[in-house]
Amino acid sequence: MKIEKILLMGNPNVGKSAIFSRLTGARVIISNYPGTTVEFTQGKIKLGDETAMIIDVPGTYTLEPTCKAEDVACRMLQEGGLVVNVVDATNLERNLYLTLQLLEKDIPVIVALNMWDDTKHRGIHIDIKKLEEQLGVPVVSTCGLTGEGIKELISRLPEARTLNSPVSSDGQRWEKMGKIVEEVQKLTHRHHTLLERLEDLSIKPLTGLPIAIGVVYCAFWVIRFIGESLIGYLFEPLFTKLWLPLMMKLSVFLGEGTFLYHILIGNLIGGSINFGQSFGLLTSGLFVPVGMVLPYIFSFYLVLGILEDFGYLPRLAVLMDNFMHHLGLHGYAIIPFILGLGCNVPGALATRILEERREKFIAVTLMAVAIPCMAQIAMIVGLVGQRGGKYVAVVFFTLFVLLVSKGLILNRVLKGASPEMLVEIPPYRIPQIQAVIKKLWMRLSGFLSEALPFVLLGVLFVNILYMLRIIDFFAYIFTPVLTGLWGLPKEAISALIVGFLRKDVAVGMLGPLNLTTKQLVIGSTILAVYFPCIATFVVLIRELGVKDMLKAALIMIFVAASVGAILNLIL
Amino acid sequence: MSIDLIQMQPGETGIVKEIQGGHGFIRKLQSLGVRPGKKITKVSSHFWRGPQTVEVDNMQVAIGFGMAKRILVEVKR
Repeated sequence: MKIEKILLMGNPNVGKSAIFSRLTGARVIISNYPGTTVEFTQGKIKLGDETAMIIDVPGTYTLEPTCKAEDVACRMLQEGGLVVNVVDATNLERNLYLTLQLLEKDIPVIVALNMWDDTKHRGIHIDIKKLEEQLGVPVVSTCGLTGEGIKELISRLPEARTLNSPVSSDGQRWEKMGKIVEEVQKLTHRHHTLLERLEDLSIKPLTGLPIAIGVVYCAFWVIRFIGESLIGYLFEPLFTKLWLPLMMKLSVFLGEGTFLYHILIGNLIGGSINFGQSFGLLTSGLFVPVGMVLPYIFSFYLVLGILEDFGYLPRLAVLMDNFMHHLGLHGYAIIPFILGLGCNVPGALATRILEERREKFIAVTLMAVAIPCMAQIAMIVGLVGQRGGKYVAVVFFTLFVLLVSKGLILNRVLKGASPEMLVEIPPYRIPQIQAVIKKLWMRLSGFLSEALPFVLLGVLFVNILYMLRIIDFFAYIFTPVLTGLWGLPKEAISALIVGFLRKDVAVGMLGPLNLTTKQLVIGSTILAVYFPCIATFVVLIRELGVKDMLKAALIMIFVAASVGAILNLIL
Repeated sequence: MSIDLIQMQPGETGIVKEIQGGHGFIRKLQSLGVRPGKKITKVSSHFWRGPQTVEVDNMQVAIGFGMAKRILVEVKR
């Protein structure tokens, strides 16, 4: 039998992506919570002389989809191939439901009994030979994170069998599952581990809430500490000691006033290059993404990766459920929001774990308006922070008030009710250092390869617009809004234009405008609110559809106009 | 005696007796391991009609308040 296509299928959070990564060597995001993979990922695997396509399918509990991520999974199955059914060995019974459903299909199946290493310290003993006999298809024990059993899985792929067993009712399936588990699995008594005690403490409200506050506080403290240290001790010295002399030489070489000079170096501030304000490709164009944003991206994703792999996020979701209900969402929507703090693009994609259209619309529009990405946060902290920490607080407090009030309003206005949360809470796992570093590296290289070009493009674009005097034209048109409504100078239009491309550069462009502190606060807030950046916008159209996206865009523009005006009045 | 999931005390264990609701709801709970005949332990319940967390088969599940009310459990008291 020639294997052309392999589908990795299984319940959420059983380690499909870890196995995928082992099989293909491809880099995919792996975390310890259900719903990490929301879209299928493709890779290639060499089987002898042949190359087969292998697909990491989003997790699903059944073959009757209940959300978009599951829907993706079910559609993949209809296209045929060989199914590697990844099963969580520590949760055999529940996982077998999908297995039995798969065995009823006209498709070859092999079972990977994953998280095998976990069964030992959980006191679970599974007789693999017996399980094979009971199911009628090969079963291989694996551990995706360490790579144990992967070789055997590959070598036994050709043994996968199509059972095409008769379709049974739910009741019959449950009965069969019970029988199989009784036959093959033995549990031994054991004492609660420290991690399990911690699990209990962090999900009970009396202890869980203080823990949550502590975790979130520490997370922000660590992110800030690492970010600031990297900038202060590494990136700023690098730029001022190494890069600046080079740029000064280039500056003399090019000669002030030429076209290339303007594009590459930008404007001299007080007779010298200012990385924050010159706005040439090689000055601010590099300094903003690398010197100001990258350190925070690094520290944010480091901390997020550890929290993700530990399994803390779903517990935070449970604790936040009450609050989120007022916004028309349930607790699990906190996960797209947290991912959105890194970058709105993965945040918007993660809303696929939400079941209903209404919820998704609310989550996505709230995120686009009130959740600034880390690149933007870093710039606000860097720029507004120079005027004093309390002004940074004003910006973020305003965004938080917006998030809550917009959620409250949407929840009232939109038909329907907030759905309820129903989600499994994974066990705590000690994050593996290599896994955390690998994930961090993926996200950092993602930022450098996808965001950096946009930043440079943004800087180039705005310089050209300046030269062609197009900025002046727009400034003239929008003066009533900018100056009349928001109290900003008309030159701020350039930041708003660039904000469509990149928010970090846009915030940076407020730097050279000599704004008062009040203007800076208003400008940064409006930039966060008025419209998503192009990368997010494209994803939003895909996720919401054109009609809903138009609605969302109108809301954003209206919110931005009023927030700017209100801040202008009260500050 | 038969009570719903909300009325269970944290730490208390019972047997799931009945799930009231639509086909989709029942199926989703079943796929998470919550179905009639199963041993279920309440882990915690959150203030102000918050979610209830339960443990079934070694695994924890968070269930919204309204949903939890529709899950009937047989407990010994």
